[in-house]
Amino acid sequence: MENNRKIMSVRDAIILAMSEEMRRDENVFLMGEDVGIFGGDFATSVGMIEEFGKERVRDTPISENAISGAAIGAAMTGMRPIVDVTFMDFIVYMMDNIVNQAAKTRYMFGGKGQIPVVFRAAAGGGVGSAAQHSQSLEAWFTHIPGLKVIAPGTPADVKGLLKAAIRDNNPVIFLEYKAQYNMKGEVPLDPDFLLPIGKADIKKVGKDVTVITYGRMLERVIQAANEVEEAEGVSVEVVDLRTLAPLDKEAVIESVKKTGKVLLVNDAHKTGGFIGEVAAMIAESDAFDYLDGRILRLAGEDVPIPYNQTLEAAMIPNVERIKKYILKLVNNR
Amino acid sequence: MAKEKSKKSQLSKEKMLHMHRLMLDIRNFDSRVNHLVKKGVIPGMTHFSIGEEAANVGAIAAINAGSDLITSNHRGHGQSIALEIDLNGMMAEIMGKATGTCKGKGGSMHIADLDGGNLGANGIVGGGMGMAVGAALTQKMKKTGNIVLCCFGDGACNEGTFHETLNMASIWKLPVIFYSINNMYGISTPIKDVINVDYNYQRACAYGIPGHFIEDGNDLLAVYNKFEEIVQYVREGNGPVLVETVTYRWLGHSTSDPGKYRTKKEVDEWKKKDPIDRFKNWLLENKVATAKEIEALENASLAAVEESEKFALSSPEPTLESAFEDIFADYFFSASIK
Repeated sequence: MENNRKIMSVRDAIILAMSEEMRRDENVFLMGEDVGIFGGDFATSVGMIEEFGKERVRDTPISENAISGAAIGAAMTGMRPIVDVTFMDFIVYMMDNIVNQAAKTRYMFGGKGQIPVVFRAAAGGGVGSAAQHSQSLEAWFTHIPGLKVIAPGTPADVKGLLKAAIRDNNPVIFLEYKAQYNMKGEVPLDPDFLLPIGKADIKKVGKDVTVITYGRMLERVIQAANEVEEAEGVSVEVVDLRTLAPLDKEAVIESVKKTGKVLLVNDAHKTGGFIGEVAAMIAESDAFDYLDGRILRLAGEDVPIPYNQTLEAAMIPNVERIKKYILKLVNNR
Repeated sequence: MAKEKSKKSQLSKEKMLHMHRLMLDIRNFDSRVNHLVKKGVIPGMTHFSIGEEAANVGAIAAINAGSDLITSNHRGHGQSIALEIDLNGMMAEIMGKATGTCKGKGGSMHIADLDGGNLGANGIVGGGMGMAVGAALTQKMKKTGNIVLCCFGDGACNEGTFHETLNMASIWKLPVIFYSINNMYGISTPIKDVINVDYNYQRACAYGIPGHFIEDGNDLLAVYNKFEEIVQYVREGNGPVLVETVTYRWLGHSTSDPGKYRTKKEVDEWKKKDPIDRFKNWLLENKVATAKEIEALENASLAAVEESEKFALSSPEPTLESAFEDIFADYFFSASIK
């Protein structure tokens, strides 16, 4: 079973992960707008209502506040809800329940109670959906103690981490990238395939430069790393954070110490973005002494995402710009 | 009110005396907390339930303690005590001590007793409504037969979550009672100035659920009797109910309230409608209890509160390390194959 793998899309990996966990544990259920007969606004629950019924694949009113509150209340009393937030932009309507309730309840109650809930949010742009449907808002949540934040970038990581998130006893914000639901890759079929939350993954071993990234940008970073290596003979190490909170500081520090050069890439806006936090952590750590260049960030521009596809694409890091930044570091420019 | 008073109650003497005792505990506990705030022993923000004892005890005495659940709000002392929380732990919590209900990390606005069915007070107005709906969803999905009592103030009815959660509970026919304890002011703002219906219970029709009104929230038996009916209706699987009662907080909104928005005359008028005096007189007039028996209750309540203060004062401060504990629940990671 362990070696049994299949090529599938991120979308199918999500459906498989949720379905396996729902078969395993009757307390797990999915709720959200259009998750039922429609199969999810991003088709991430197609076929599930047929298998699990409408009680456990629960269509909701367009009421993000009530959806998130009800999910938390259900989680506090023994269920393990998965919320399909659909567009991450709509999570703004859920902020009180996630930030003031879910993240703090256990702490405020002196360690009593637990809130095993997963908020699956479709982040990022790339599909021409403009400023209110294209944001990657992970930094708002990594700022709040009590939340776990996961942003995987491959179908296998999506499966292993979503399953781990569902089994976790804490509130988890799980980023999916709407531009990558169709991205394919090899996925383990073992229903007990889980990945550890809080562990980064070295997606490519290298010795000259470290590039730290997560989520949607992983694919582009790997492509850029391979192209730079081939064309310029630069050996790039790619650190895929996968989990933003808790952050795998050791993996980051170890890689930076090894290469002495670091570039951080994410698709979210640059100002206040999560990679800024990682950069600060590196600067404060003993890895600083190993640096022989500036710490560089390459992020989404500080503009609302424009509708025009050419403009939108120009606002988000692409392979060419990632390559340029890698070479900038290597050449100490 | 007179009608309720003359009504023969099915309640046992024991239960009635116990309800009286709980009202006394609320009054005595909060009076003591108020005193300790003024003395500077209690540093944090506190909101008192004095004057609202019958509205709290009458409702909570009608649910099944130990199996039904409640959610509470920032003015939650009365609800916690009505659900018979340990007074020692609660006083220690309000003093921020390690022995407190929440190890000193929550304080007055976050008293919770999950084992006792109290899913917690809440510092966000309307913050408990979603939780109550979710807790009720669990009861329905697991077919427990238990219900959830969601307590909030008149002000919370103007939060968006009120609309969303009542609608959701209604369409899913969830076993939850939405209970608005209307004390007529949101801090300083009269509820009449911020709604364009007479009372919030009238909004129930918008969600296709029954709306009930208990006009005199200072009449313990009126509250209890109405709640007995409502609890039965909800427990039978008929879906949620919105119920409202009118009462009055004798003290300010919190400990820093100059009270300029209401007259002394108004406060005095309400003090004449003291729920505790009224129930005491009813017990005596109807010969349910003797003066001696009631005096014994009063003394026992004072002693329990005094004991809680002693317990809290002699309890240790939390360790600094404890500030870094209890953020996350243990993770059960049942298998790991990379």
